[in-house]
Amino acid sequence: MSILVDNDTRVVVQGITGGEGKFHAGQMIEYGTNVVAGAVPGRGGQEVAGVPVYDTVDRAAREEDANASVVFVPPAFATDAIFEALDAPLDLVVAITEGVPQQDMAKVYRKLRGTDTHLIGPNCPGLITPGETKLGILPGNIFSEGNVGFVSRSGTLTYQVVDNLTQRGIGQTSAVGIGGDPIIGTDFIDVLELYEADPETEAIVMCGEIGGEDEEDAAAYIGEHMDTPVVGFIAGRTAPPGKRMGHAGAIVSGSGTGTAESKIDALNAAGVSVGDTPNQVADYVEDLL
Amino acid sequence: MKLHEYQAKGVFADAGIPVPDSTLASTVDGAVEAAEEIGYPVAIKAQVQVGGRGKAGGIELVDDATEAREAAESILGMDLKGLYVDRVLVEAAVDFTNELYVGVTMDRAEGKPVAMVSTRGGVNIEEVAAEDPDAIVREHIDPAFGLHPYQARKAVFDAGIDRDVAIDAASILTQLYELWEEKDATEIEVNPLMVTGDGEVIAADAVMNIDDDALFRQPDLAGMEEEAAEDDLEAKANEYGFDYVRLSGNTGIIGNGAGLVMTTLDLVDYYGGSPANFLDIGGGAKAERVTNALDMVFSDENVDSVVFNIFGGITRGDEVAKGINEALEQFEEIPKPVVVRLAGTNAEEGMEILNTDLVTVEKTLEEAVQRAVSYAEGGDQ
Repeated sequence: MSILVDNDTRVVVQGITGGEGKFHAGQMIEYGTNVVAGAVPGRGGQEVAGVPVYDTVDRAAREEDANASVVFVPPAFATDAIFEALDAPLDLVVAITEGVPQQDMAKVYRKLRGTDTHLIGPNCPGLITPGETKLGILPGNIFSEGNVGFVSRSGTLTYQVVDNLTQRGIGQTSAVGIGGDPIIGTDFIDVLELYEADPETEAIVMCGEIGGEDEEDAAAYIGEHMDTPVVGFIAGRTAPPGKRMGHAGAIVSGSGTGTAESKIDALNAAGVSVGDTPNQVADYVEDLL
Repeated sequence: MKLHEYQAKGVFADAGIPVPDSTLASTVDGAVEAAEEIGYPVAIKAQVQVGGRGKAGGIELVDDATEAREAAESILGMDLKGLYVDRVLVEAAVDFTNELYVGVTMDRAEGKPVAMVSTRGGVNIEEVAAEDPDAIVREHIDPAFGLHPYQARKAVFDAGIDRDVAIDAASILTQLYELWEEKDATEIEVNPLMVTGDGEVIAADAVMNIDDDALFRQPDLAGMEEEAAEDDLEAKANEYGFDYVRLSGNTGIIGNGAGLVMTTLDLVDYYGGSPANFLDIGGGAKAERVTNALDMVFSDENVDSVVFNIFGGITRGDEVAKGINEALEQFEEIPKPVVVRLAGTNAEEGMEILNTDLVTVEKTLEEAVQRAVSYAEGGDQ
């Protein structure tokens, strides 16, 4: 079992003719993902990475029976690409693009609420079900099949912690990078809910970071609704207030909300052990299994 | 990007929001001359981006040329909460009877903007929010439709603003939302919005933060970016296009991906060291970018050692190794010891290329951080 993606997921790559789109379409195919088409306006009829390119997502989805897309479109055009995928409509849209303006995302978010589509991202590494499929830019070789559900706001931190798990022989049911922007399509609670319902997920690792209150909200959700044990990690304990730490969403406000301390306290209060180091996260997971 | 007060007020004035007469000055003589021209009383205000300027001695109200000179002398060149004051705004003082608060910000949890109004202006609004949340009226805005005029009226009436000035305050709130949308703001705030004895409203302060990710379509504001930078190294980082934050410690940190770089900072602290900076080279960095990153961190005189931590996804270990070699081979003596940890995509190829005479290599993140902390404390190399 897994969440969101598996061998039946059929993927359109939006922006497949660009450098990133082309490279990662190839990487996904190599991993075993069913990439069935590309979509790039004006490039219909071409073939890239061995799959046909269509002018619109709608046509790609109809001709190739696709149900998901991965968006590798530059920031200025990314929201239009997401709207196109939502209107197709696809079941799952994964927006890799970094640097989507916040006000554009507010409009996407409003639209998303009226649909049944899952949007992952933007500014995310994507998601993977090890041994079956990956949608995005995650390096497939560090993941392994197993029973730990993984969810994180950050890309390379995901790789680090997953690597700590895999090195000890602890595999993953799925891993989802939800993205580091202030407004994202899928939050921690959405993913935790899916893992809770997945019978094969025996434990969950949740990596958060400073900024916003998503981790606090997730902690409250875990405390009230979840039986599956969760191990946490929070990046940004040493971040000063008022400074954006790379991700647009990773900022401790001047009044001190969004701090690592507040998130760690909330998680601890919900019975979640929070590791001081990525290695300690793996220790806690090992103890649980 | 956070605008300076004088920049934000310029944007407000262009949009027709009433602001006091003011002139920017960078010398004492210039400040006095501006004060004479505007007419007393005037406020002399330090132009640095930090809250609580008044309490820290960065704002003074003066009544004549002698006082103006004294105030300008004391404020220009002062260290205000760690920031050097090189400019002051000389501004006509407003004779007010009341101080209000109006602003628009993004409610992350709701994914939509929210307008905020309070009769408790002139003090730190975040403190008001913490003590007495009901003193601030919040009105969420549907981004597809914008702020309806009735919502602006509802917010000011619900906040209890006097009927004589309520409509003017509502129209300023509407103008703020229009600016928010037009300029891709993430936060816009007037605190205080002063009410004068004649029943006029005027924006006595202005806060405006712009979405960095939208600067590509805001050429006028992007031009203000360099002036808004607070620190030479941060200005250099803008030039190189790095996400960089300077801190006060002595272990320099370079990595890829915000979450992992933050984690590296946290581990430096965890192992007893003190981080000097946050520097994210981003995804897919080529050799030149790696060289620039080392140049940045070496330029910080506080730095005593550097930890370079890469977990490659789209970033390739061989490119990183090439960049590190190029950066270090130009020195006869390496300026500060560098500890390198490479994992992920092409890490093995990178390790083959890396000139290990010039750097210390560690296998894990934890070991690399501990080594760099020990070097920063003067440990043996």
